[in-house]
Amino acid sequence: MDQLLQFLISGLTVGSIYALVALGFSIIYNASDVVNFAQGEFVMIGAMSAIFLLKGGLPYPLAALCGISITVLVGLALDKLAIEPAKNATVVTTIIITIGASIFLRGVALLIWGKEIYGLPPFTGDKPITIGTATILPQNIWVMVGTAAAVLAVKYFFDKTIMGKAIMACSFNKKAAFLVGINVKQMLLISYGLSAALGASAGILIAPITFMSYGSGVMLGLKGFCAAILGGMGSSMGAVVGGLLLGLIETVGAGFISSGYKDAIAFFVIMLVLFIRPSGILGKAESDRV
Amino acid sequence: MKRLAGYYCFAIATLMLPLLFPDSYYVTVVGVTVCTNIVLAVSLNLLMGYAGQISLGHAAFFGLGAYSSAVLTIKYGMNPWLAMTAGVIAVTVLSYVLSRPILRLKGHYLAMATLGLGIIVHIFFVQADQFTGGPDGISGLPVLSILGYPIDSDLKWYWTFAIFMLASVLFSLNIAHSRSGRALAAVHGSEIAAQMLGVDTARVKSYVFVFSAVLACITGSLFAHQQDFVSPESFSFFFSIELVTMVVLGGLGSTFGAVIGAILLSLLPEVLLVFEDFEVMIFGAILMVIMIFLPQGLFVAMEQTFFRLLRRKNQRAADVTS
Amino acid sequence: MKGLKKLVLAALCLCMGMVFGQGQAMAGKTVKIGSFLAVTGPASFLGDPELKTLQMYIDEINAKGGIDGMKIEFVHYDTKAKAKDAKNFVNRLIKKDKVNLIIGGTTSGNTLAVIDIVQKAKVPLISLAGSVRIIEPVKKWVFKTPHTDRMAAEKIFMDMKKRGITKVALITGNGGFDKSGRAQCLALAPKYGIKIVADEQYGNSDTDMTTQLTKIRATKAEAILNFGFGKAPAIVVKNAKQLGIKLPIYESHGVASKKFIELAGDAANGVRLPAAALLVADQLPANDPQKKVLLAYKKKYEAKYGPVSTFGGHAYDALFIAVGAIERAKSNNPAKIRDEIEKTHGFVGTGGVFNMSPKDHLGLGLDAFKMIEIENGNWKLLY
Repeated sequence: MDQLLQFLISGLTVGSIYALVALGFSIIYNASDVVNFAQGEFVMIGAMSAIFLLKGGLPYPLAALCGISITVLVGLALDKLAIEPAKNATVVTTIIITIGASIFLRGVALLIWGKEIYGLPPFTGDKPITIGTATILPQNIWVMVGTAAAVLAVKYFFDKTIMGKAIMACSFNKKAAFLVGINVKQMLLISYGLSAALGASAGILIAPITFMSYGSGVMLGLKGFCAAILGGMGSSMGAVVGGLLLGLIETVGAGFISSGYKDAIAFFVIMLVLFIRPSGILGKAESDRV
Repeated sequence: MKRLAGYYCFAIATLMLPLLFPDSYYVTVVGVTVCTNIVLAVSLNLLMGYAGQISLGHAAFFGLGAYSSAVLTIKYGMNPWLAMTAGVIAVTVLSYVLSRPILRLKGHYLAMATLGLGIIVHIFFVQADQFTGGPDGISGLPVLSILGYPIDSDLKWYWTFAIFMLASVLFSLNIAHSRSGRALAAVHGSEIAAQMLGVDTARVKSYVFVFSAVLACITGSLFAHQQDFVSPESFSFFFSIELVTMVVLGGLGSTFGAVIGAILLSLLPEVLLVFEDFEVMIFGAILMVIMIFLPQGLFVAMEQTFFRLLRRKNQRAADVTS
Repeated sequence: MKGLKKLVLAALCLCMGMVFGQGQAMAGKTVKIGSFLAVTGPASFLGDPELKTLQMYIDEINAKGGIDGMKIEFVHYDTKAKAKDAKNFVNRLIKKDKVNLIIGGTTSGNTLAVIDIVQKAKVPLISLAGSVRIIEPVKKWVFKTPHTDRMAAEKIFMDMKKRGITKVALITGNGGFDKSGRAQCLALAPKYGIKIVADEQYGNSDTDMTTQLTKIRATKAEAILNFGFGKAPAIVVKNAKQLGIKLPIYESHGVASKKFIELAGDAANGVRLPAAALLVADQLPANDPQKKVLLAYKKKYEAKYGPVSTFGGHAYDALFIAVGAIERAKSNNPAKIRDEIEKTHGFVGTGGVFNMSPKDHLGLGLDAFKMIEIENGNWKLLY
């Protein structure tokens, strides 16, 4: 059973990647009820920008910071140019807009960065650290630290700051928020920027382990979405719980049942959870106005 | 009759196409793809547009129909129509059993459950390679014959698909105007209100789910015979998303919306081929632009433009006579 | 807003019109070659260098006046590795573009999907994919230039036998190349006295294979065989190093590109793989028949695009076998070209020296594959 320890550790490392992406989903969802299908592309753009800035000669930390900033600009542009003009669209329509945006961003990434696969150097080297019978890479620990920091920051932001509470207010009732003087448009813009920053940070954290190319955003976005739903869409703790759980189910399923069917097992478990708790693990039970 | 005037025009245009452009690659090859996508989009629209239930796993039923036909005819030598029926029965049972728990979910959670369904089925297609041929797929389906007439040319396949498509569209148009259609609309409008009025919403939603799944399944079987080849990537979750996009692009809740959306999304890649490297970027841009400026969908926009032109013409006529 | 709506609708109508208004291709003394390759998408690792190679050499041939005075008209489509698009494009190449010869697909799945179409249309196809199923059983109009997955498995097992390895752990992805490679490995292992003690799988876009490797570490495996391409094999070898697994690792020819070494870093050292001689062209003895051709291709490709890979090499082979056939046929008639392709003899390509026949539409023997080990971040020719 010493294998179990490695399975758990690997599950947590993979899970923290999913959690970070899931967090980005929940912020925009909180502000606007919309699932932003371009979230995965934020991850990709952050990583790819940093990779190319690094290649261009910038020192690593600066390249990372610039990569995040570029992605934030993309996120703001996405809101200003694509989401805002469609202000009266239904949720489904807006989702299709984000799907169109993700395809567009992928197309642009393909033109700018080509089809090749790239990696980033790990932050503090790649000498594995042994924990009992299992090993973990330093970069994996950075990912977990990054996720933890992000979750705490997001929770603090939404619970304790005025701006965060204003964004939450928008998600409860846009009109009421507007009536009490909240600039709804601005709140939405900020939430896109925030999600972009989170996504980009995730991309830079994981690129040393997973390698990136113009199409990497798709799978990560999908898994992040699943994690967010599993944990309860809109709850930042939920995003983390969902992400870690998804990672663990994948590795434990692969380890003990079948590595070929591990994704099927993971989705099956997600569906079971949803049948029992229809709003996700930590999601609030949805109440509809009749 | 007036209500179906649009439909009859469309039907005539579809049937005339190969006569107007004989021996055209576009009509026979692309046309079949378009018809396939129309039926899939229309069936999805019944679920999403009329019953208001989002599904990100529609490609799974399409795939199950295709694989049942392929595996049963190639590996077990079954008669193609029997294989198709077996597929329909399997899909009916599967979708019915799943419909009850899945349709209790709402919004994004429903989307997730259907997404999960789609992905699990897709993984099965890829991994059970002893059975399904794995990622490289299987080919060699026997020729399909209708009443003794083998469908063995591109043109014959076009006719087959065109007729199947027109029948499905007609059926969908009629459902909307029937008692079941009204029940569907009621469920979509407000489930609680519908329940209070005595509509068994769970059963209605279940029936639509099963029906749209079966329609997709039959389409899959025909597709398998026409392509003479099935492989998992035609039934991936990307395709499910494409179908959702078709429905929404055309106009959620409208049969013709689904038709227009399917036609557009099937032809757009062909048109964009000329742009080579820019193809992906332009495709995404077009999606965004259409949804931003025509949020109710293409069909509604076309209808509005049409009626506005009509009104203007009548207005001018009225001005002249007054 | 209203005006904009009309504009959007008008633009859409224009697009629809464009679809039906496509004109006929220009006539004249040309030979039309079509290709359908996975230039973008999950197999771009293979398809991108393939297209670049074809374009580079077709431009050069045309600049020199073409083949026997016939210029090459090159029509190429990007399948993104999707089988359905592969079928559509091949249909388009045959029925609309009316090509005389087709090169492609990049993947076995894409190739297998179109075999029926080219057989019915009687247009010769030279595939750039690996599966042995493409040419076995032999199909009249279908040829290929890359070594088969069966050859890769054989070469690997032969080397393992030399090293006295009898228990092997298999770890493969969920793509077509991976799965058909796995099938060949499972089928051939007994022939070399090798027992497969583990059969793990991963998804090609997975980010972590430590779980599968942990399971392998717990078995009595004496070597690990990874059949895959793209970034996944790089993650596999990195994870193996992370877990402290010291077993010999064998890869397939799917990693025959510098990119693998770049991504895997130190972890790539010690990995063995069967690959075309192209990777170790400068290490070949001076009298090796392939050396001259390989160095020329390497020089030309690297000057324009960067490090060379064997996948581009397969495209080179396909193109020049086709060119040779067209020259001998002295015509652009597909049937005549096909007959001459089948008569290809002693053609020195990047994959080896090709000798085709009516029963062998590949024309390469096992010796065309070289066993290579990665040492200090470079390819080293073993034998």
